Amino acid sequence: MTKKMTLHLRIWRQPNPHTPGRFVTYTIRDVSSDMSLLELLDVLNEELIKKGEPPVEFDSDCREGICGTCGFLVNGVAHGPKRGRTACQQYLRDFKDGETITLEPFRAKAFPVIKDLVVDRSALDRIMAAGGYISVNTGSAPDANSIPIPKEIAEQAFDAAACIGCGACVAACPNASASLFVSAKIAHLALLPQGQPERIRRVLRMVEQMDKEGFGDCSNHGECEAVCPKNISIKHIAIMRREYLRALWSL
Amino acid sequence: MALWPQSSVAKKFLNAITGIGLFIFVVVHLFENLLLLTGNPDDFNRWAHFLESFGVVLRIIEIGLAAFFIAHIWSALLVYWDKWKARPHGYRVYRTAGWTSRQTLSSQTMIYTGIVLLAFVIWHVITFRFGPYYPIMVDGVEMRDLHRLVVEVFNEPINVVLYVAVMVFLGFHLRHGFWSALQSLGAYHPRWTPVWYSGGVLVAAALAAGFIVIPIWVYLYL
Repeated sequence: MTKKMTLHLRIWRQPNPHTPGRFVTYTIRDVSSDMSLLELLDVLNEELIKKGEPPVEFDSDCREGICGTCGFLVNGVAHGPKRGRTACQQYLRDFKDGETITLEPFRAKAFPVIKDLVVDRSALDRIMAAGGYISVNTGSAPDANSIPIPKEIAEQAFDAAACIGCGACVAACPNASASLFVSAKIAHLALLPQGQPERIRRVLRMVEQMDKEGFGDCSNHGECEAVCPKNISIKHIAIMRREYLRALWSL
Repeated sequence: MALWPQSSVAKKFLNAITGIGLFIFVVVHLFENLLLLTGNPDDFNRWAHFLESFGVVLRIIEIGLAAFFIAHIWSALLVYWDKWKARPHGYRVYRTAGWTSRQTLSSQTMIYTGIVLLAFVIWHVITFRFGPYYPIMVDGVEMRDLHRLVVEVFNEPINVVLYVAVMVFLGFHLRHGFWSALQSLGAYHPRWTPVWYSGGVLVAAALAAGFIVIPIWVYLYL
């Protein structure tokens, strides 16, 4: 049942990386409970623009939960209350009428705030770059099943490859560790034949880059898995550690 | 080189291996101390004397154990230090998402329960290992009457209360530490990880309860 709601948004406003931010509370009346949280922000921004105030800056792209662009903390949980979803897939019906919703950017030294709810997540890209290439021929698409891969292995690799790199794992981690993201990338390629030639140096370089970027260490709280919009398991963190041990033995 | 904690992953290997070593020591230590409850003071003293008879070997084991403690604490402090560096600006509102999260009071307080345990271990070693030497004759051999020392210490109610309190901290430390050490070494299994995650509660409770029984028993009956 669609109903009309009034919501209060307590949002982190920060004009630029060098100016300290603060929380500002806005009230939005008579919005549909079937709107998404990002649509609520769109409505707020239209009102702000009409009043001549700067709109709330936030990242979003596909708005169907698959691209990994959006993300902030909603009432203290990365991406918001409904598990296995990105922020764009949270709907107002899952909040209470009259509720104050706190929106705060992902916080980590490696994720500096650019403006309001937008953070710089390029540290994750640099970790990917440190992982480097894989040895496959480019050109036209290869024939299907030209490289035989057992179904279980293909499924496991796909579980890891489901990572959309949104950074919620870092945001939710009490230590601001990027272990779930990095381990998903390492496990994905380590499981597949195409990932074998660079397997050893990939894990060493990606872990090294992760540490260089200033992420914290994993203390196995498992909070990352609980907020991951793609439900990626901390099993992958264990795989990353095995890959790392394996790499140390082979040096 | 391989285990020197330079990378975030290696740091956890060191913490996990030393943690498992200390865990094994704690289990053995509990069974040794249950000898206090046999009813015959000679049983405990004979065992202590037997260990002492290893001489140099025992000294080496003691130094090894101390090294495990130091490496465990050092690697844990590195993790804790990195945690503060990695998020200098904390959240105004933060809560666990629940569901499959393993974030518990136990996991959040590892550093604090660890510091309490460190202070305890120092006190404990001063009290017993370097405590007064009471000689006693058992089976015609002169040995240290450790049993008498333990009874003396635990007839002080304050010592019993402190000891019991610290063992609750030990239980909390092991509740997260037990499964976390295995995960840190890469031992994840879809079937067994839930078993040793949940089993960690039983292991922690059993060890804490075992150590709690001893001083209370000594206070009440010896």
